Amino acid sequence: MKSVSVEEAVALIPNGAIVMVGGFMGVGTPERLLDELVRQKKSGLSLISNDAAVPGKGVGKLFDGAQVSRMIGTHIGLNPKAQQQMLTKQTAIDLIPQGTFVERIRAGGCGLGGVLTPTGVGTLVEDGKQKIDVNGKTYLLETALRADFALVHAFLADYLGNLTYALTARNFNPVMAMAADTVIVTAEHIVPVGVIAPDHVVTPGPLVDYLVANG
Amino acid sequence: MDAQTIIARRVAQELRSGNLVNLGIGIPTLVANYVPEGLKVFFQSENGLIGTGPIPEQGMAHPLLTDAGGKSISALPGAATFDSAMSFGLIRGGHVDITVLGGLQVDSSGRLANWMIPGKMVPGMGGAMDLVSGAKHVIVAMQHAAKGKSKIVGKCNLPLTSERPVDLVVTDMAVIAFPGGKITLMETAPGVTVAEVLAVTEADLAISDKVPEMRF
Repeated sequence: MKSVSVEEAVALIPNGAIVMVGGFMGVGTPERLLDELVRQKKSGLSLISNDAAVPGKGVGKLFDGAQVSRMIGTHIGLNPKAQQQMLTKQTAIDLIPQGTFVERIRAGGCGLGGVLTPTGVGTLVEDGKQKIDVNGKTYLLETALRADFALVHAFLADYLGNLTYALTARNFNPVMAMAADTVIVTAEHIVPVGVIAPDHVVTPGPLVDYLVANG
Repeated sequence: MDAQTIIARRVAQELRSGNLVNLGIGIPTLVANYVPEGLKVFFQSENGLIGTGPIPEQGMAHPLLTDAGGKSISALPGAATFDSAMSFGLIRGGHVDITVLGGLQVDSSGRLANWMIPGKMVPGMGGAMDLVSGAKHVIVAMQHAAKGKSKIVGKCNLPLTSERPVDLVVTDMAVIAFPGGKITLMETAPGVTVAEVLAVTEADLAISDKVPEMRF
């Protein structure tokens, strides 16, 4: 784990990178990294994020500047700019069920090829997917999802990168922290080692590559 | 009583003590306001919370405590928070007793369409497909008709949310269930007659032996 400035962290991300971003409607999103992605004008990003938040908040900021060329998510209904960019085909947006979204990422982080889920059987979601019967029930094979970078927001981070999360800001963050080649973290508070009790660590330090310094 | 209140109050009568309940956005959210007194239910918010409480008083909102629409909520004593894999494990794994969702169409086989209008409204399905596929009991809370057009149809022409049929539909005019797989009128809203329901319903409704007025 290396401590870096927000400028250094975002400079690691090339144009066109596949970037997973934690958060649910902008809650639990690493806003400072998003602001810096905007400032450094990163473009052609492939975004993996639950939703498109709203303009000016969370990953919504990336749609304000049309920095996303492709998105995999579950809901963009509260961001008119993302909807517009999808309808004009400026951004290719693949909308999938939320439980499938998180399980595909979990699979990607856990060394699994994919998961079998009943969700989507008999709907548009099953198009082009393999159907597998197990013990008389039909499932869709949903393949694993990984990214070049995961941008994660924690509540507490210690100097080793151990993380805890707060309330509903946890959401996709700990799952994404497993599923990318490079994991970059911002935290509300950075605390000395030992402040977070072992039983309370949600994301163990060795998963974190870069911790963005506060202040 | 307005249409939304009728629907929310009637749906609330379906809740049982100890139930784990997920409420969708829109009319379903209102159900929490009409939980019968003395009933202890747990509300799940799929962004990672069991124990959702009322909207916080002004100045008491916490920026990291929100509902699935990103709006500030409170957490009741005994609440639990968790990540999205756990949240959807609860949903898909059959641990949620009741889910209440809005609808665009429900058809005579009980199938629900509620997540897109091709070419017009493509917000994404969010958690709806997992909720309908996995919850033990699925209740649809919606207006009976929109712009004079029945939302209870013979066959959905909008994309389905799940192949799993719903259990109960509560509208501002009627309660509809599917005993023996047959779409059936069970109750009418206060002041609404069976004939009035049939007149505005596209699906071919069977009529229960007794069709009482909704009670709440």
